[in-house]
Formats: sequence, structure tokens, C-alpha cells
Amino acid sequence: MITLLDLFSIAAIGAGTFFFVAGTVGLLRFPDSLTRLHALTKADNLGLGMVALGLIPRADNPLSALKLIVIWALVMLSGASTSQLIGRALRRGHK
Amino acid sequence: MNLLPLLDIILASLVIGVAIFTITARDLFASVVGYVAYGLLLAFVWIRLYAPDVALTEAAVGSGVTGVLLITAGQRLGALKNVAPDAEPGFILKLLTCLLAALVAGALGAAILMLPDPPPSLAPEAAAAADGAGAGLGNPITAVLMSYRSLDTMLEKIVLILAVIGVWSVGADKAWGGAPAPLRQSRPYPPMVFLAQMLAPVGVIIGIHIFWTGADAPGGAFQGGALLAAMWMFTMMARLVDPPRVDAQWLRLALVAGPAVFLVTGLAGEVMAGSFFAYPHGLAKPIILIIEAFMVLSIAAALPILVAGPPSDRKDQ
Repeated sequence: MITLLDLFSIAAIGAGTFFFVAGTVGLLRFPDSLTRLHALTKADNLGLGMVALGLIPRADNPLSALKLIVIWALVMLSGASTSQLIGRALRRGHK
Repeated sequence: MNLLPLLDIILASLVIGVAIFTITARDLFASVVGYVAYGLLLAFVWIRLYAPDVALTEAAVGSGVTGVLLITAGQRLGALKNVAPDAEPGFILKLLTCLLAALVAGALGAAILMLPDPPPSLAPEAAAAADGAGAGLGNPITAVLMSYRSLDTMLEKIVLILAVIGVWSVGADKAWGGAPAPLRQSRPYPPMVFLAQMLAPVGVIIGIHIFWTGADAPGGAFQGGALLAAMWMFTMMARLVDPPRVDAQWLRLALVAGPAVFLVTGLAGEVMAGSFFAYPHGLAKPIILIIEAFMVLSIAAALPILVAGPPSDRKDQ
């Protein structure tokens, strides 16, 4: 039997997967590194966020749910920072 | 058709594809990036083989720390290239290298193809040992590493020290005792500093958690130590701290603490429990955790020191 929480999980993970696919398509199709970076951050931040959100109701206990949120926050932190670093390297004319 | 085998086949082909890319890539940096991706995919393979402990190690050490090592080594090679013209290896050398690589790959392949059925395994014996005298730990992998195969585990840590000595020994004589060159010469970029300041405290907690939880769940000294090492590397890259002098007393102590405590406990086992590396019954778990804590310290010290490289006599601003 599908409960409301299951439906929520399916919807959120589905949306997250969509952002991952869109981000990957952007990574493959966009013309230069800065726009590719832009596409990638959508997959990382929003896609992973939605997947984590969808997995929270399925977590065994509150601690695992908290871990999911921490993982999302850490990926956002490192993703945003490395994007800055790659962006600066690009502006300075490295490959 | 079942979906999981299909996913496994895709994963396996991806690993082989990335491996081929890593070998054939012309650019050194691209090759290193390929290697890191290869390590992460391998971690997925280990998870599919129900070996989360190995997966954690592969992701942290095989992919993460080794990736950083290779990138810094590549940068140093690049700097060397400007000094000396790189000599093309001769035909005979290439042929010999090719033959040797083919021989190793062939021997490995033959060994796997000629395995008797069922393959010989130490697993039941190890599991029994882990359940028995060395026990008290919920994670059989840690029990095997620290009890059934304790000598191997200690020697692995000694190999790390040997590697550090090897790296230090390529430094110039007059630089001896000094500090390695900072990981970045230029002024640190604010987002990098921000990332290091935010990530390092969280990473240290997660590293200690992975070590602590390793007694009963996937995790352990090597994985936790590698995470701590990564955090130290981060702060060195952001120039929040500089690499320590190689003659610093605390550094030397941290490097040898793990194997030394391990060895002393092993010898004590000879006296107290009757054989080398035997732990007295009932006390096994606390003893193992103490040894592991010191091993975490040694691993967390050794890996960044490997990345920092030999002592340098270049005057830094």
C-alpha cells in the first residue's frame, strides 16, 4: 500500500533525478566551462537536495535523517566553493 | 530482465572505460582526474559486493588521498620539465615495460581463471578467530584486521613511515630539518580559506566518528585517519597552517605512535595472554580501540606529510 509519505518520497526523488539528468545534459551540451559549471551546480545543489529530502521519511531513525541533511549541506558547501575555485582558474586563463 | 544485474554490468563497463581513459590520456592532469573517477566508481563496485569497509577505504585513500598525491606529484614533474628536456625512453625500454605489464596482467588473469572451485578461503577461519579470542567488536572486518591479521595491519603502518622517510630523503642536504614548501605559493583565495575553515571542524568530527563507529559498523582507523589527513591537507592548501618542520619532535612522535603502541601491545600480549599479539580475554575491545586511536593519529600525520613533500630550502615570504 502506498502511503502519503511514500508518494512524497517518490515525487521528491523523481524531481531530484530530473535535475541530475538536466544537469548532466547541460554538462555535455553547454558550449564553455563556465556554463557547464552552472549546469553542474544545479544537479549538485537542487538534485541532491531533492533526493535527500525524499529519503528523509525512509530513514531508520532521526539520526540517519540528520546525516542525510548534513551530507547535502556538505556537498553544497564543497560544490559552491570548488565552483568558485574553478571559475577563478578559468578567468585566469588556465584550461 | 532484472534491473540490478544490468546496472552492475553498466557499472563494470564504466570502470573499465575510465581505466582505459586513465591509461591512454595524453595530459597528465586528465589522467589523474580519470584515476580519481576510477577510484570513486570502484568504491561503488565494492558497495555492490557488500563490502562497505573496503568502499570507504577506496573512496578516502584510493581515490581521495592518492588523487591529491598524484596531482601534486604531477605539478612537481611539470616544474621539472622546464628545467631538463625530457628524454624519450628508448625502444628497448618501451618493449620491456610493455612485456612486464603484460606479464603481470597475464599472471593475475591466469590466477583468477585457474582458481579451483570452490576457491580456497581463509574467511571461515578468520571469522572464527574474530568471533573468538579477539572479539568484543561488532564489526568483523575490524576484528580480523586488529586480531586475526594484527601483524599485517601493523606492518602496513610501518610502510607508511617508510614512505615518509623515502619522501624526506629526496630533499637537499642543506634543507634537512626545515619545513616542506607550502602547498600553495600564491596568496590564498578567500573561498578556499572559507571552505577550509568551514569544512575542517566538521571533517575532523566525521573522521573521529568513522574511527569510533568502526568497532561495530563499517568504518575504522584507516578510513577515519584518511579523513583527518584530508582536513589537515585542506588547511595547508588554504595556507591556514604551513607544513611542519621535518625535525619537529611532535611530528616524529605522531608518526611512530601508531605502530609503536601496536608493537608494545603485541609484545605485552606475549607475556599476559600467552602469544604475540594475543589480547587478554574481556579486555580485547578497549585495547583494540586504544591501538586504533594511535593508528588514526599516525595515519592522519603521515598522509599529509607525504603530500607536503621533502623539506625545502626555498625562503618563503
